[in-house]
Amino acid sequence: MLLHADTLSVARGPRTVLSDVSFTAKAGEALLVVGPNGAGKTTLIRTIAGFIAPAAGSITLKGDDGDRDITEQCHYVGHLTGVKANLSAAENLAFWATYLDGGDGSAIRDRVDEALLHFGLSALADYPAGLMSAGQKRRLGLARLSVATRPVWLLDEPTVSLDAASTELLSGLIRRHLAGGGLVIAATHLPLGLEDPAYLRLGRTAGHAAPEAKP
Amino acid sequence: MSGFLSLLKRDLTLAVREGAALGTALGFYLVVVAMLPLGLGPDLKLLSRIAPGILWIALLLAALLSLPRLLEADHEDGSLEVMATAPLPLELAVAAKALAHWISTGIPLALAAPVLGLMLNLDIALAPALIATMLAGTPAISFLGSIGAALTLKARRGGLLIALLVLPLYIPTLIFGISALGFAGLGQDGFAASFLILSAISVASVAAAPIAAAAALRLQMS
Repeated sequence: MLLHADTLSVARGPRTVLSDVSFTAKAGEALLVVGPNGAGKTTLIRTIAGFIAPAAGSITLKGDDGDRDITEQCHYVGHLTGVKANLSAAENLAFWATYLDGGDGSAIRDRVDEALLHFGLSALADYPAGLMSAGQKRRLGLARLSVATRPVWLLDEPTVSLDAASTELLSGLIRRHLAGGGLVIAATHLPLGLEDPAYLRLGRTAGHAAPEAKP
Repeated sequence: MSGFLSLLKRDLTLAVREGAALGTALGFYLVVVAMLPLGLGPDLKLLSRIAPGILWIALLLAALLSLPRLLEADHEDGSLEVMATAPLPLELAVAAKALAHWISTGIPLALAAPVLGLMLNLDIALAPALIATMLAGTPAISFLGSIGAALTLKARRGGLLIALLVLPLYIPTLIFGISALGFAGLGQDGFAASFLILSAISVASVAAAPIAAAAALRLQMS
């Protein structure tokens, strides 16, 4: 599987945030989007997810099941967690598992239990998410990644408010996804503990940013 | 379909657990209806004549009160963006949410109407017709309201803006709801015709409003 962006330009209001951005992300390889604040990392992730229409250029996903567009084949993890305060951790995940993937009750329960276990939230399964700490909510939001199967993961600053141990859990999950032939594009300031990820550098002058080796 | 049902179930669960929305709507309904006789004086004939109109208008305002939360909560915690990546089209997601709003707000308000009607000296024999017209008319309120909720998603203090946007859309529902009750009250033929038009307005809203609301949501998300 190959996600290819070709001379992508994105405007937000009167300002062109991204201009002529081209990159290729390969299955099994993480692409980390780095750059200073305001460089357009979030805009890029949201454009790939299909929330923002690019002003010019195109994004194509090759080697997928052709019927569905990228939006339906991606997990989008943004700045907000997508967690409902008045539902318990297990209810939150069970909803997303059903909503994003479908399946019967017992299969969903197994997937939810496994995801809660992986993120160390088993003890909080029946605890209202509204009473959790910011980091626990974040973990619950990330647990969504493992209850529904999607080939493309789009992560926008996934490590915000996570402690070191939780960051390690996340990178474990990402490594497993990559090993299974998945594709990860993450906007981050941390290397996420991945081996040899590709980098996409965005700058204010975001001219001809292309994947280049880690300095 | 499992996505539609799971979203409906989640929204109803949240409506029960949060509770405040229904309590506020019912309380508002009660207060408005209770205050009007105080303003108009104890003329029972006048009150019973204008009771259907008062009950309908107060119901519209009470339902309007809970509309801003229809999509706002999911926008604030990021759920809407995740929903946009689901196999279920956004149109059906909005429909599920509007349906949940109707079940959790529209139906209780419709059922409370005859009780409040007693305060306005409304003929108790009209209660079945009152409940029937309100149950037939309130889906239009929830579904048309979803358009307003989607359009004002990012507006600060969008509540008043929603009222300006959607109250005009409620006029047909109001006209035929009240005319159906008028015919029922006078014992004349014509109830069926008004009732059917009222139902047709609701059916058309259920079919068309989610498309408009989803388009507005996509615009808000970009």
